[in-house]
Amino acid sequence: MTRRARIAAALAVGALAGLGAVALTPVRVGSREQVFEIPKGTWARRMAGDPVEILPDTLYLTLGLQDVLVLRNLDDVPQTFGPTLLMPGQSFRLPFALASSYPFACTAHLSGQLTVVVQPTPETPWARVAWRFRGWSRALWAGGSKLFRR
Amino acid sequence: MPATRSRRRFRSSACAWALALAAVTAAADTAELRAGSFDPPRPAPDFALSGSNGAELRLSRFAGKVVLLAFGFTSCPEVCPTTLATLAEARKKLGARAAQVQVVYVTVDPARDDPARMKQYLAGFDATFLGGTGSEERLAAVRKDYGVSAERRGSGQSYGYSHSSFTYLIDRSGSLRALMPYGHSAEDYAHDVAILLGP
Repeated sequence: MTRRARIAAALAVGALAGLGAVALTPVRVGSREQVFEIPKGTWARRMAGDPVEILPDTLYLTLGLQDVLVLRNLDDVPQTFGPTLLMPGQSFRLPFALASSYPFACTAHLSGQLTVVVQPTPETPWARVAWRFRGWSRALWAGGSKLFRR
Repeated sequence: MPATRSRRRFRSSACAWALALAAVTAAADTAELRAGSFDPPRPAPDFALSGSNGAELRLSRFAGKVVLLAFGFTSCPEVCPTTLATLAEARKKLGARAAQVQVVYVTVDPARDDPARMKQYLAGFDATFLGGTGSEERLAAVRKDYGVSAERRGSGQSYGYSHSSFTYLIDRSGSLRALMPYGHSAEDYAHDVAILLGP
């Protein structure tokens, strides 16, 4: 066996082991809540012409893992946030019990709509692989968008 | 003197425990709701509209009852009939306790929804449901207070509205406790209303 073949074999074994770990390791998240906050001063920034974006157009939750949406208004004025009007200092906690796509009217978005996608609990190895890759790709995309905006 | 001091200390610690217990109970109640809950709850903004029963419809009149407050229009093809049918079914599930629940349906279409039309429409779901209508300005003010959107779509006689589809849950003391998104079952409503009604 040549050196190149040995390296290729080692890489293939490593990739398979990695895939196995991704597929077999149980999925865990820190909290069942996904929290979004309107920071203090947001209204003033918007009035000054700064297009502050807090909620993405689409939110992804996972049933049984992270299936509670929490919205908090830390600003000094009432804000329409997601599906509801929140007073200063008020929070809104919305649990989901069914995997589905939930559209909400939301004036904070240009499209006028916020969609919450609640995915089923990833119970099979392949579902765990797909769930993890979707999460990583969304994190990469979000990071890239932030860099691009700068 | 020492006896008075110890009595005072007992009273203040009893008050502190009672307050803590009330806070814990309220938090536990809220945590169990299937609807989205507000923390802290705020007083539900009061309003006075023309009721479908011919009388003034004032929200504060329902203090002591749980109010389910929805917004829509009687020509709505899907969302409103589904929501109202669900609320009617939830009342049936509550049995005798349904007498302590009031469904209030506020129109976003005052041009077509007068009290008589709303009465006839709502009676098709549940004769106890009350509708509210009024001037365009008054209804817009109510929607603003509740963060409800309503946008007219289409023209001529066949126009419609794209409107907020959720239902507010207001507790016996008039606090805006929760918001049930569209699509929840009658069982979910009955579950949450039972919590708000208390033992």
